[in-house]
Amino acid sequence: MRLKHFFSLEWKSFFRSASFKMNLALKIFMLMGALMMAVSFLSLGLGSYYIIEEVLEKDPLEVVNRFLVFYIIIDLVIRYFLQNMPIINIRPLLYLPIKKGKVINFALNKTVISFFNIVHAFFFIPFSIILVKEGHPFVNVLGWHLAIMGLMFCNNFINVFVNNKDVIFYGILGSIIALIGLTYYEIFDITTYTISIFKAFYNSPYLAIVTIVLAIVLYKVAFNYFRKHFYLDAGLAKKSVTAQTEDMTWLNRFGSISTFLKNDIKLIKRNKRSKTTLMLSFLFLFYGLLFFTGSVEAYDGPFWRVFAGIFVTGGFLFSFGQFVPSWDSAYYPLMMSQNIKYKEYISSKWYLIVIATIVSTILASFYLYFGWQAYAAVLVGGIYNVGVNAHIVLWGGAYIKTPIDLTSNKKAFGDKKSFNMKTLLLTIPKMVLPMILYAIGHFAVGELFGFALVAIAGLAGLLFRDKVFNIIEKIYKSEKYKTLKAYKQTN
Amino acid sequence: MIRTSNLSKKYSDKQVLKIENLDIPKGQSFGLVGNNGAGKTTYFSLLLDLIQPTTGHINNNNVVVHDSEDWKPFTSAFIDETFLIGYLTPEEYFYFIGELRGQNKADVDNLIAQFEDFFHGEILGQKKYLRDLSKGNQKKAGIVAALIGNPEVIILDEPFANLDPTTQIRLKGIIKDLAEKQGVTVLVSSHDLLHVTDVCERIVVLEKGEVVKDLATNAATLKELEAHFSGSEMV
Repeated sequence: MRLKHFFSLEWKSFFRSASFKMNLALKIFMLMGALMMAVSFLSLGLGSYYIIEEVLEKDPLEVVNRFLVFYIIIDLVIRYFLQNMPIINIRPLLYLPIKKGKVINFALNKTVISFFNIVHAFFFIPFSIILVKEGHPFVNVLGWHLAIMGLMFCNNFINVFVNNKDVIFYGILGSIIALIGLTYYEIFDITTYTISIFKAFYNSPYLAIVTIVLAIVLYKVAFNYFRKHFYLDAGLAKKSVTAQTEDMTWLNRFGSISTFLKNDIKLIKRNKRSKTTLMLSFLFLFYGLLFFTGSVEAYDGPFWRVFAGIFVTGGFLFSFGQFVPSWDSAYYPLMMSQNIKYKEYISSKWYLIVIATIVSTILASFYLYFGWQAYAAVLVGGIYNVGVNAHIVLWGGAYIKTPIDLTSNKKAFGDKKSFNMKTLLLTIPKMVLPMILYAIGHFAVGELFGFALVAIAGLAGLLFRDKVFNIIEKIYKSEKYKTLKAYKQTN
Repeated sequence: MIRTSNLSKKYSDKQVLKIENLDIPKGQSFGLVGNNGAGKTTYFSLLLDLIQPTTGHINNNNVVVHDSEDWKPFTSAFIDETFLIGYLTPEEYFYFIGELRGQNKADVDNLIAQFEDFFHGEILGQKKYLRDLSKGNQKKAGIVAALIGNPEVIILDEPFANLDPTTQIRLKGIIKDLAEKQGVTVLVSSHDLLHVTDVCERIVVLEKGEVVKDLATNAATLKELEAHFSGSEMV
């Protein structure tokens, strides 16, 4: 087994994967996305020096050094969610006559050439070149540059460990949010400590060796870890948790839909993907801060408030509702051969969304701090979400046929297949319509009337509930065979 | 009970199933055998309206399967792991199916109590989700779930595969009992000729999507099937 065999395996697994067989337009779309990422990093790398110099009138290197700590931490978070670990893929190689060390080396090296490492080069290489051009000594810049690259690779191998260890991850995430908050409110500024570290890399270039050695050490540690646990029941095992049978009899008061409601709550509680969705929708709560604190100028127009209100209360609605019925894709044949009343099935999802929206609206009460307009926007946003958007989201979901792998976080942040004309068209009544309604009321009479119009639209939407459920039921029935076929294509 | 007429299924130009006529009377234990790709699972999927027929139809107790959903209350099936909900414990799964089929918790408890033998202590109270059970144990749970709610038609695809010998023997007892004593129509597919001849009163052999043999099981059936599949047809 030579290296080329590994490569040919990888090559095939890439080109023959089910997701690769999309239509050409979507492929181009994805390629454009990747290119755009690269280009925006590139232009950031080229431009940030001069932008910082002119706009902020500060030393660019100083500013970059200051925020580098967040850059590196955010990189780690993004990796945790999106970067795939190749470890599971090596299971079939276990019994073949290949040295274990070779397999592990290959798997770890594969992570090195990942997009998540390369993309940083698009920023740091041009930035470093400009630093030199602008008179910074070459050796110092080189040391600084190498040190940061070393840190990126450290991140890469740290992620190999952290992957699948939720406790560690959420611990890290929590402390980061706390640190950012403390820095923002100038209570405790971690950047004053880290800035001197990054400065040190510049002032004493030879220190770069430290991060490079650290990356190599982490590689070795990862290697040893997997070498020791290179067994099906150890490092390569999928972890399983102790399960507890739950009756949830308190849900019986919901009558016939309680059957599905119980199931849906278990679905959300017990699967990685749905837990991520829940966390995401929690983060949506804070999205409004961008609008109401006035930190983004473009969002200062009055109708943007309503936009914010919709988003703040609609996190769960958008991230969960959009994928009904795909959450049940793994056992859709069962659902389709059981005596299921579609209406009860949809109602259960609807109740979940409504409950989550109400909870979000209550949690978002802290916007009262930014004035009654902010709170009114949140409140009418919530009403509109319950009355109108809950229906539209479920309606749009009926057209989305992306199977969801509940146990993995892959694709948790959008999926190319969920992008189609029908769902795109449905965003208009979700976002644009309430903004227009508000604008009409706002400019015709005043703020209060604008808010009232949105709220009335929301309440009126409730009247159409049964009608929309009937439409969705029809879609489910007419798309049944296509949906079953699409859900069959896992991975 | 189940009448199949003029049924065919084509994928682009490839015919995968073509059954002119097949009647399965109520209370029959019916076995479907054939090599890989013979069309067994396709037929079962058509029976459950999971795929659409190219021509013809299946009539399940006077309900045309792809027209109406009225066959669902009296029909149940276990085809593969897509009939399991991975994040539930086996108990929760049984109660869920029970609720869908109009059974309360006590009914379900009663039923699964009868299968303690069959479960062999590996299903109930294990503190494991279905997704974490072994293939064989998942199958046990799926098969028993298909028995919940007194169905009149039960469809089991490859029920013997992945089961240990003890469980296979117990399963044979269960299937026989269903057909003989309770008048349930049981449809079973299998690669294992010995098991089907043991269990089924009638065996149909599919080959490239067509019925090539339709036998009432007797002492000579196993020999005949073995001869058929080894390619040396008996005279």
